Amino acid sequence: MKHTLVARVQDEPGVLNRVASLFRRRAFNIDSLTVGGSEMANFSRMTIVVDTARADARLVEENLRKLMPVAEVRDVTALPTVDRDLALIKVRCEDAGRAELAQLVEIFRGRIVDVAADSVIVEITGDATKVDGLVELLRPRGILEMVRTGKLAMLRGTVPVAS
Amino acid sequence: MILSGAQILWECLVREGVDVVFGYPGGCILPAYDAMLSYPVRHVLVRHEQGAAHMADGYARASGKVGVAIATSGPGATNLVTGIANAMLDSIPTVFITGQVSSHLLGTDAFQETDVTGITLPITKHNALVMRAQDVAQTLREAFEIARSGRPGPVLVDICKDAQQGKTEFVWPESVSLPGLRAPQPPCAADLECAAEMIARAERPLILAGQGVLRSGAMQALQAFAERTSSPVALTLLGLGGFPASHPLSLGMMGMHGEAYVNTAIQNADLLLAFGMRFDDRVTGNLKTYAPHAKKIHVEIDRSEIGKNVPVDLGIAADLRATLEGLLAIVGEKRHEAWFRSIGAGREETRSRDIIHQPDSGNLYAAHVIHDLWEATGGNAIVVTDVGQHQMWEAQYYPHERPRSLITSGGLGTMGFALPAAIGAKFAQPEAEVWVVAGDGGFQMTQAELATLRQEGLDIKIAIVNNGYLGMVRQWQEFFYDKRYAATPMLSPDFVKLAEAYGIEGHRVTRRDEVVPTVAAARRSGAPVLIDFRVVKEEAVYPMVPAGANLDAMIRRPVTEGVPA
Repeated sequence: MKHTLVARVQDEPGVLNRVASLFRRRAFNIDSLTVGGSEMANFSRMTIVVDTARADARLVEENLRKLMPVAEVRDVTALPTVDRDLALIKVRCEDAGRAELAQLVEIFRGRIVDVAADSVIVEITGDATKVDGLVELLRPRGILEMVRTGKLAMLRGTVPVAS
Repeated sequence: MILSGAQILWECLVREGVDVVFGYPGGCILPAYDAMLSYPVRHVLVRHEQGAAHMADGYARASGKVGVAIATSGPGATNLVTGIANAMLDSIPTVFITGQVSSHLLGTDAFQETDVTGITLPITKHNALVMRAQDVAQTLREAFEIARSGRPGPVLVDICKDAQQGKTEFVWPESVSLPGLRAPQPPCAADLECAAEMIARAERPLILAGQGVLRSGAMQALQAFAERTSSPVALTLLGLGGFPASHPLSLGMMGMHGEAYVNTAIQNADLLLAFGMRFDDRVTGNLKTYAPHAKKIHVEIDRSEIGKNVPVDLGIAADLRATLEGLLAIVGEKRHEAWFRSIGAGREETRSRDIIHQPDSGNLYAAHVIHDLWEATGGNAIVVTDVGQHQMWEAQYYPHERPRSLITSGGLGTMGFALPAAIGAKFAQPEAEVWVVAGDGGFQMTQAELATLRQEGLDIKIAIVNNGYLGMVRQWQEFFYDKRYAATPMLSPDFVKLAEAYGIEGHRVTRRDEVVPTVAAARRSGAPVLIDFRVVKEEAVYPMVPAGANLDAMIRRPVTEGVPA
């Protein structure tokens, strides 16, 4: 089963390495890991999706808590969250098909953010299923390149990450 | 006060109460060594940095304080690695200081540059690279705090040469605040109540005591708790000394080479009280069949150990001593006569098989050597062992009454540990009688430290249990690889002459009746003595739980009626 952990970590050199090294050493399987700024200066926020077929999610959480730069960790899998994944998808597209493609992307609330003679870049934001859906529809047209952020998660309401 | 980074390093060590460091100089740590001369810290020059790491480790184990080792960049730092991993696996509070190339050279593959913080990331509790003199004090202050807090462990601080040379205002940080440094929580009342209820209901309780007993200073509380609840106490290898071996409730060591009645008792218990231990595979055997009838309570300061190997009914992530004191306030007296009788029967059966109780056949067995060493020293020595058969025989035949009287490499099983760790232990307890007990294989890994021992003028006695084999590996080959002795027969130097070459008195013992007089003479000498005990070559440690087998599926010592040992 997949578990989503949210962590607030001190923003310092090597912190990502410490987290990644822990997962590798303990043979925890990372599905995705995103890291970026948070509401606090000097702290980054991580959203980590682990496949815990092997590892108990609690052990992942407790091991993360032992890292010195880790301020907070919470398993939000069973809690109400807003989940987002952002993808940029470069699709083969000649002039003739562009309007139709634009309509398709619109249905998914995506946008075309770059147009070249024979390709476009589509930007889509949503939960992973929605992004997967669009990707599947675009695949037959020829996906030239794709990049996804992996899952970002935030608890709904005013409950803070700190448990 | 304007000081160099190197001076600040020593200012910090002195403030942390460090009076001895173990190390080896080199290019990138030279500024630190130069500054050292002005500070009241004794430096012990080792012969290999692995020795420095084990000395810091042995010092920490014998003193309860943080042990410190220091080395230069590159090969100096990488030579520490085995010792750091050893301290990590056994949770020993240590600080390792390494020199690093100047900050502007980082990443250029400069002379003697290695990414030591990268290398040691998975084998340290924490590590840090210091690139500026103004960060030296804060980083070291944090390093000591991390090393000794909660579940202790090794911390490495890698200091660039220019950070040692640079000058800055020295400010001693009064406190440290790191997000991951969390003060241990006291046990919660509900958990204690729950544990007390389980204890009240149990008919066959058994305590599994580990190194946590020593680390939290819970010896008295453990004894009071065991007596009040009539719970027998089995110990892990690193827990030996945490509960007096002569106490009627003491069972001795559990696990792969624990006595049969101990492992059988674990399998039959209806309540396991795991105190400051981590259910290592060497103590559990097959996890699927481990203690099938027992409810399990696990008290452990490191939360991530609870439920890691063995699912438990109640986990208490708190300091052991505080937990035991909390429990003592609420648990009542219990008696378990039937339980004691069943354990006692197994104990008698084990005694009858024991080689110690067989008549002397003229052969010198390692078990005899250890047993007689125990008798001759009155059980009062600090014994520092290496890794292998002799280590298990020590655990079986040298009963320990006091904490910190056995110093041994548990989790990592590091051959070569004993001699340098004993040097560290001697600095921690200069008045104590310190004995190295090592095999002929492991001793040769770090025997160069004999020169360190001599240079420092230390009175340490050395017993080499010499069977001409890498004995434990040979034993596995005998049991599990059809006696194909691949690469285990070993030629050793003449250890007596070797000792003499280092200016150390050496003796050879080949008969049992020579053991006690030779040990007694060594004890009287007031100088280091090495004794080469030539023991029976192909002897196995019994009993043995094969790796991964059920805990009570032990290989027992074959006993032939009428045939002496």
